[in-house]
Amino acid sequence: MAGADNKCAGARNASRSGTKAIMSASSAPGPADDPWSKTMRAAMAGDEGAYRRLLIDIARIVRGTARAAFARSRMGDADIEDAVQETLLAIHLKRHTWDPNQKLGPWVNAIARHKIIDAMRRKAARKVAPIEDFEEFLAAPEEEDPHALSDAKRLMERLTPRQRDIVQSISLDGQSIAATAARLSMSEVAVRVALHRALKALGAAWRRSIA
Amino acid sequence: MRTADLIAALAADPVPEKIRLGPRFGAAVAVGLIGAFALYALFVGPRPDIGEAVRTVRFNLKFVDAAALALPLLMLFVRLARPDAKPGALALWLVAPFALLAAGVAVELAVIPRAEWLTRLIGQNWMYCTTMIPMMAAPILAALIVTMRHGAPQYPTLTGALAGTASASLAALLYASHCPDDSPLFVATWYPLATLICTGVGALAGRRFLQW
Repeated sequence: MAGADNKCAGARNASRSGTKAIMSASSAPGPADDPWSKTMRAAMAGDEGAYRRLLIDIARIVRGTARAAFARSRMGDADIEDAVQETLLAIHLKRHTWDPNQKLGPWVNAIARHKIIDAMRRKAARKVAPIEDFEEFLAAPEEEDPHALSDAKRLMERLTPRQRDIVQSISLDGQSIAATAARLSMSEVAVRVALHRALKALGAAWRRSIA
Repeated sequence: MRTADLIAALAADPVPEKIRLGPRFGAAVAVGLIGAFALYALFVGPRPDIGEAVRTVRFNLKFVDAAALALPLLMLFVRLARPDAKPGALALWLVAPFALLAAGVAVELAVIPRAEWLTRLIGQNWMYCTTMIPMMAAPILAALIVTMRHGAPQYPTLTGALAGTASASLAALLYASHCPDDSPLFVATWYPLATLICTGVGALAGRRFLQW
């Protein structure tokens, strides 16, 4: 555990400075009544608007945390947004591990720390050879650099066509569940289930890309 | 994909799956124990003189010790399903089984003549002990790991190691009723060895299966 602690230290310090507000957690009996916890409870009861606002808020905080952690390890900005997206997806898929009697902030922080470390490890593993070795290749004309794609976009390609269609329809095209259901002649429930499965598959694909 | 697009997709799926971790772990322990007990019934079974054995301190100490290890380990393990878990005072309870075993060894060394120490330590059944405990622990470990995949443990390898150790201590609880060796010298040597095998397997399983 000591080894893991050391590795976490960078991200943890960063998260401390980045999100001081949400670190002041203490366990109190009964449901936590800070704004984030309340919003999360509303979201889990089905309030899409509340959930969207909360995720936007969390994304902003996590971005700051990730930026600080990456800067501390001199890693550049390239993969920060991937870390943010991966954190959001993990928050989404692991919501049931949040104890509503605890504040949401420390829980979000723990997930962000875990995912930021993952992203930093992945980036470290991807370190490229000196550029001199590739000069000839770089000079040749290229259609599209696959590495320019964000991780999320590349992982989307691992979804089934139907899953990809639904995710794109709701995210990129901003369609509602109802509109998507009508277009694909599916029931709304079926679209919701398919969306949920697609998000789970996206999480699994992300995990495999680390292993 | 822009982050705003991902948020749109996530927000359209606001209600989480109904996964209650506590009951799930309860079910996992039950299923694992049924598997372990089936193996016990098939391959191990109680020792023939169990009627007299239950009246001896040495025999009963084996169960108390295994239970004292299993309970805090299982509770710690379940707690680690949450990413923001803190071990807290629960971790201190893990001192109890070791203190208990050490006390048992000390008393044994005091009351048994030196010439008999080694005989008692080696006992009759060490080979069986170090194979049967991991075998009976296997279904429990599997059930715990499968269930923990619903969790979000911050340290997957450590969490897996904890599952391995907990399943070994539960298996030891069963095995103790078979084993003819009751001396704390035997228990303090071979049970931990069998347990460490499970700890190692659990750590590997955690590393492999508990990433999220």
